[in-house]
Parts: sequence; structure tokens; C-alpha cells
Amino acid sequence: MNETNNLPVLEKLTYKDFAPDQDVKWCPGCGDYSILKQVQGIFPELGKKKEEFVFISGIGCSSRFPYYMDTYGMHSIHGRATAIAAGLKASRPDLDIWIVTGDGDAMSIGGNHLIHTLRKNFNLNILMFNNEIYGLTKGQYSPTSHVGLVTKSTPFGSIDEPFNPAELALGAKSTFFARSLDRDPKHMKEILLEAHAHKGTSFVEIYQNCPVFNDGTFFIYSEKGTKKEESLYLEEGKPLIFGENNSKGIKFDGFKPVVVDLTDGKNSIDDLWVHDKNDRIKATILASFANGSNGTHLPRPFGIFYSIDKPTYEETMMHQIEEVTKIKGRPNLDEILSGDKTWVIA
Amino acid sequence: MKTEDGVIEKESVVVRFSGDSGDGMQLTGTQFTDTTAFLGKDISTFPEFPAEIRAPAGTIAGVSGFQVHFGSKEIFTAGDEYDVLVAMNAAALKSDIGNLKKGGIIITNTAGFDSKNLRLAEYQDGVNPLEDESLSEYEVYKVNITSLTKEALKETGLSNKELERSKNMFVLGMLYWIFDQSPDYTINFINEKFSKNPELAQANILAIKSGINFGETTEIFNTRFKINASPQPPGTYRSITGNNAIAIALISASEISGLPLFLGSYPITPASDILHELSKYKHSGVRTFQAEDEIAAICSAIGASYGGSLSVTTTSGPGMSLKTEALGLATILELPLIVINIQRGGPSTGLPTKTEQSDLLQAMYGRHGECPLPILAPCSPSDCFDTVYEACKLTVEHMTPVIVLSDGYIANGSEPWKFPAAYDLPKIKSVFADKPNSDDGTFLPYKRDENFVRPRVKPGTKGLEHRIGGLEKANETGDISYEPHNHELMVNLRQAKVDKITDSIPEAKFDSGSEDSELLVLGWGSTYGTIKTAVLELISEGYNVSHIHLRHMNPFPKNLGLLLMKFKNILIPEINNGQLIKIIRDKYLVPAIGLNKIQGLPFTTSEIKNKILEILNKK
Repeated sequence: MNETNNLPVLEKLTYKDFAPDQDVKWCPGCGDYSILKQVQGIFPELGKKKEEFVFISGIGCSSRFPYYMDTYGMHSIHGRATAIAAGLKASRPDLDIWIVTGDGDAMSIGGNHLIHTLRKNFNLNILMFNNEIYGLTKGQYSPTSHVGLVTKSTPFGSIDEPFNPAELALGAKSTFFARSLDRDPKHMKEILLEAHAHKGTSFVEIYQNCPVFNDGTFFIYSEKGTKKEESLYLEEGKPLIFGENNSKGIKFDGFKPVVVDLTDGKNSIDDLWVHDKNDRIKATILASFANGSNGTHLPRPFGIFYSIDKPTYEETMMHQIEEVTKIKGRPNLDEILSGDKTWVIA
Repeated sequence: MKTEDGVIEKESVVVRFSGDSGDGMQLTGTQFTDTTAFLGKDISTFPEFPAEIRAPAGTIAGVSGFQVHFGSKEIFTAGDEYDVLVAMNAAALKSDIGNLKKGGIIITNTAGFDSKNLRLAEYQDGVNPLEDESLSEYEVYKVNITSLTKEALKETGLSNKELERSKNMFVLGMLYWIFDQSPDYTINFINEKFSKNPELAQANILAIKSGINFGETTEIFNTRFKINASPQPPGTYRSITGNNAIAIALISASEISGLPLFLGSYPITPASDILHELSKYKHSGVRTFQAEDEIAAICSAIGASYGGSLSVTTTSGPGMSLKTEALGLATILELPLIVINIQRGGPSTGLPTKTEQSDLLQAMYGRHGECPLPILAPCSPSDCFDTVYEACKLTVEHMTPVIVLSDGYIANGSEPWKFPAAYDLPKIKSVFADKPNSDDGTFLPYKRDENFVRPRVKPGTKGLEHRIGGLEKANETGDISYEPHNHELMVNLRQAKVDKITDSIPEAKFDSGSEDSELLVLGWGSTYGTIKTAVLELISEGYNVSHIHLRHMNPFPKNLGLLLMKFKNILIPEINNGQLIKIIRDKYLVPAIGLNKIQGLPFTTSEIKNKILEILNKK
């Protein structure tokens, strides 16, 4: 520690600089390990000083994350990480703030704070680990669990309509939504870098396997036999292609996305939907792929659904303060204490 | 003393402006008050309004009142009974006549007593109080204020609706004439307020002048009053409400401590005015954040405090309940945070616009786990400044959230305030750690100083990266610890830190009387003025009574127990069902007697005097 004082300002950091000397206490095989490794891996590449990073979390398995990053961090209370981060960012725009949350923490107990943080558009990074189950409380259904899921609190199957996180984020005026998954570290790394580069609230849903209470929920998107048919990787400016040997694509039939076979001679790549992350309507349709309710089975999209530039809350707040100060001048404290109507008693 | 020209010189007078919510009584009362204060009289006010923005016009539920007590002597309360009642309609008369002194003056707007208004006020068919004998004990002036105002302003070209709305200025003019006060202050106010609409300004000024002329030329008023200026200590004064005093105290503490001010708040009556007032001070760098709910309001403030701000959240009872979990987090994190609760009648939505002191036990005990916090309570509108400033000093210097319990009565009430100069404000010591604090070069976020206070660190400080959280921490290192003895140690350390604050607060002292008196009245919060008046009156009547008023509710002043032991009779009046009394009995085992009122209203002086006399006469 003593030697570091003499190093130049932007020292070369490695992932080891972000790994504290604490034992990581997630269950063996938990998807969180993979996410932690990718986050630690990209941090040296972000061009920031170590002390500028802050992790804020709520409650749940994912929310232990700050303890495993050797940065500033706060492990707060259930659902409130976004609200705490909002106050921190509004008062300290210089900090690089990351929120780590889960499907229960973000979308159930913290749902109100999540939607308002998204619409206000602070420059924050939200990583929501979605495992479609409550892990830390030992296996109850979550707001993203599918109908019929048998859990400790739903022994006869869940009757709740689940949230679709992408639709929720877009409905809440999110300026950035992306999806990745724990079993695709390379993709996750790209998405994390893009999320960080986005100026505004970037909301990343990460499919994360809970080997104890909901094992294998997302395996069809990552395992060899099914991945190519079930996953659709979004690339900016590129047509939507998936399937074994890239043999399938998505095209629009009116506003309805349909799967087409690229090998039967009826459709070519030129007919396909081209991904445009600035297009809100396309993003909304992509978000609906997960609903599986429009009569067609569609692959699950991964990547950046939507990303637009908009002034951040803290920029606008600072701008307003500067503008008002320019017009009115900064009052001294004695002027504030006296107000504009006084009288003297001799 | 009646002089030759019919002017009575009085030491003090209470005026009650009463009308429909839409009649502009709050503005009329405020203008009358500010003018009166400006002319050097001491004042105390009590605005009282319905919870509905516009309750059905003409009904009792829609009555909005503004009471002002002013005089040439020191004024501590808004007064038990009024000398003058201005009743703009039948409902106002019916609702407020009960507290008019016998022989008092009633000024009515006869236009508000037509058959519709009488029916809405639920008078029986055919009954009009202005036309029967029911008001014979009073001096009643029946003036068709509405038509006089319309007549006076007919040349202005204002719409009928605008003419109607100017009638409160005509009333103000009449009152200025009756109390021999210059309208200049209000004329300046109107010119500023309507600077973009000079026609409206001129019309309002004309309405005031017409009211004055009406008083002067018609000679219908038998009585005029003269109240001399009050012998207040020399100095420069302003008028202040409790909520505005809180806003100014927060800005002052921010400037003196050098910490940026952050307010996270969610609108709630009667606390919203603090948010409104602070939001005007963007040019002082104040950051106000209207959060999505009460929980986000306190959580955003916790986030800003973690970032190094002077952080505040403001609320009232229901919001306080929502904030309790986060308040526990702030307590275990040991971060500075000001939580201001402007108490109102509860539980639940209760009486949103009425006053109560019923959140003391919540502030003391209303969190899960062992969660002690310092609590301060202001006793008057101007005392809100001193109390909140002190709360800021304590929160920063002792690294603990601090709760301030004000209430609706002092939040909206106003009084003259001899405001301090910036350089006279106490210093606030704000320190941030910038280097490791242990021999082996590591940083220990929960290593304490002699006051059990942990170091404060700003994220962004090189080399001091660490994690804090809601889980129990190991002593000094702050690492997660479930070790049994460590938990007990940490609970005791957090308690010791709060207890140690007794060394930083003044000892309790007598506001009136001494320890040799027969009975002590122990009060807290907004009951101050009433208790003070009651005790002073009894002392002047020859009774041996005394008064101590607490600002520091937790921890109590060091000497409080010893003082209380000296009394055979201790009376604790509270606007609740007995809360301070429980804590006092528990802590000091003294046989205190309670006086409780839970009507959403402050005590009257006579209620307190009568209770004191009842105890003294029992012996």
C-alpha cells in the first residue's frame, strides 16, 4: 500500500486489484461466480481509478456482490439500491456507480425505485441477475418465475403472470436495455463494456443459473443441442439470423415478426429485419419475443435491445443549478438569514 | 383606556380571520401579521385550514382560519380566545364563534349570509344569526363586503370573478383602519407579487384603500384599537414560520460546515413547505430531489450522505413510518442524516392539517432491533432554526442520524425572529479521513474516537476502499460478523455513542420559576408558548410554579433527573395520549402527572392553568 502513493495517477490495474481477500460465499456452481469474474475482468479496462468505483446492492444472493469487489461499496436494504444510488449520483456525478440486484430485489420489493430510476436516467449501471427464483430465502417463486413453477411457496404451481424485464424497462423509459447470460462470458464481457460506455442508466438483465433452487432454467439458451435454435444474438446493423448453420432469420410480416428459413429459396438475408438499437418500436417487439404468446415460437434475443442518448439527470440538475446561479448570483449566508423584509427595533 | 377619539389602547389583541377556503383568509392573515410585526409588535400566529384543497364552498368543512395574537408585550401563543372575529360567511361564523370573547367584535360579510350560505352552514330554515338575538352579547358589524368591493373596483375592468376575489383586500383595509396600521407593507407586497400584472396590483391596492376609507368615512365602527410596539430586544428582525426556519437552518449548516446540502423528500402535509423553500435555493448549490416515495426519499439522502453531503429528509407521520427500515440502515452504517418529522394527527392519514405531538415514542422506539437515535424538538417557529442547526452539528460531529420532531402548529405559525449573523453561528466540525488509521496501514472504517465516533470517508478517496452495509459488522474492521459477543459489543457501542452526546448538549434549565417551587411543568415542543404564558400568569398571581422545556428528547440533558427529583409535583402537558411522561417515569421513576389533549389543536393557556391549580388545590 505504501508504494502505491508514488505511482502515476492512472496506474495499470489488473483484475486482481478488484478481488478483495474475502471468501466468496455463493453456492458451488452458482452463475454469480461467472458474472463476478467478468466484472472483475473488465474493470481494469474502464479507464477509471479504482477509488472512483462504487457498488451498491440491496438484499439477495446477488447483492453480496459488493463484498467481492475491492472498491467502495454498500450492501444496503432490500430493493433500495437504486434509490440510494440515485442520491449518491445526484450528489457525486464524478463517481462510477454500479448496482447489483436480482429479479426479486429489483422487480418485486424494489420495483417502484427501479422504474423511477430508469425514467430519470442517472448515469448508472444496473446489473440484474435474473434466476427466476428467490435464492437467499431458500426457494420461493419470484416476479419473473413462469406460471406453473412449483416452489416452496407454490407447491401446486405459481399462478402469477411474470414480468418481462425488457418490456418493463422500455415501458419505464429506460435509455439502455441489454440481455446476456452467465454461461456466455465472452458475450457478457462485451455487453458489460457497452453498458458502461452508455451515458445514462444502463439496465442489463443477466440470465443466471441457480443450481440449488431453479437449476437449468436457461440451459436451452446455452447448451449445445439447443442454443443455436433458441438464442438470437443481436448485432447492430446486422440482420437477425440464428439457427444451426445460420439457416434461419426473422423478418417482418407487417408488424409481426416471423421466422423464415434461409435455405428454402423463398427468403434471402436481404429480406430480414436489420437490428437498430436506436429504434424503440423494434426494441419493443424484440422485448415481446420472450412472451411466446403471438402464435409463433421465437428465439430469445441476447445483446443490446435498445440504446439512445439522452441527457442524464445529474447533468440536467447541475445545469439548472448553474443557470439559476448565473441569473441570480450566489447569495451570501447573511442575505439568506435576513430574507428580503426586515425591521429594526432600536 | 379609551382616548377621546374612540381609540382604545390595548396591551394585546387576538384577531381571527375566518372564511371559505376560497376567500383568501391565509393571505389576509399573513399580510396582517407581517405588517403588524413590521411595525414592531410581537406576534404569534395559528393558521388552520381544511385538509381538502377546496372543500365544498360555504360548508363548515370548507372553513379556513388564520388567528393572530399581537401586542406590546411579549407574545408566546396565538391566544385562547379572540377579541375580533372576521366571518366571511355563515359557516365561518358558526365554526369559530365558540372562541370569541364575550363582548368581542364580529365583522361579517353579509353577502355570505344569504339563504344558500345559511343552508350550507346548516342553520335551521328561516334562521339568520345576523337577524335574530343570538349575537346580542357581541358587537356585530354587518357589512356587505362583496358588493362594496365590487362597487369600489367597478372602473378597473376586472371580471366579476376577479372582483369577488379582491374582497379579502377590502377586509384587510378595514382591519388596518380599526388597528390604526399603515397599509404600506402590503402595498409593497402586492406591487412585487403582481409586478407582471400592474392592473391587478392596482385593483388590489384600491380594494385595500377602499376598506380603509370605508372605516374612516362611514364611522360605523365604535371601536378602534391602538397597540404600541413591543419592547423586544434591540436588533434587526424578520418574520419567520417554523418550516422556513428549518430550510434556512439547513442552508446555514451547509455553508458553515462546508458540506453540500442534499434534500431527498416526498411531498406530505405539513412538511412540503420545507421542500418548496429549499428548492428555491438552487443558486446556493442546494440539491433538492423529489423522490418517487418516502422510502426513496430517505434512501437517496443516505446515498448522498455516503457521498459526503449534509443530507436531509423531511416528512410527517405516515412518511416517518415508511422510512423506519432505512433509518435502521443509516443507524448501523453510522452516517450523518437529518430526519425532520413535522408531526400531525395520526394514526394513518389521521388529521393531516392538524397538529399533534404523537410521534415521540415512534422516534424513540419505532425501529426494529436496538436502534437508538438522538431526538431534538423545537419549541417555536424561530426555535426551529436553532434546533435544526444544532441537529446538523450533532449529526456531522457524531456520525449518527438525528431526528427532529416539529409539528403542524409551529411549522405554519409565524413570529418575529431576531436572526443571527452568519459569523455568530457555531462552527460545525466536518472531517473526512484521507489516510489509513491503523498501525499496519489498513483502513478501519469502524475504529472509533473518544466519543465512539467512526471516521467518515468519501468514496473517491484513494487507498481507503471498503464496504459497509446493513449486516452486523466486526468491531473496527467493519467486516461482516455473526459472532455473538461482537454483536453485543456493537449494540453497546452504538448506544454509547448516542449517550455520549449528553456531553455536547446544554444542561436543562428553568424557563420560569426555580427548583424551590411547588410544581414543575415539564414540556417539550410546540406547547412552549402556552405553558410559558400559563406559568408566568400563575407566578404573577402569586403561585409558586416553574417551567422546564426540553429540546433534547434523546439523550436528555445530564442534570434532568436530579432536577426532577426535587419536585413533589410534576405536570407534563402533551398534545398526545401521554408519551414523554412514559419515558420520564421509566427513566427517573418520578410520579409525574399528565395533561393530554388529542383534538388536533394546541392547548389553551387556561387549560394548563386550570390543571396546575387543580393539582395545587388538591393538597
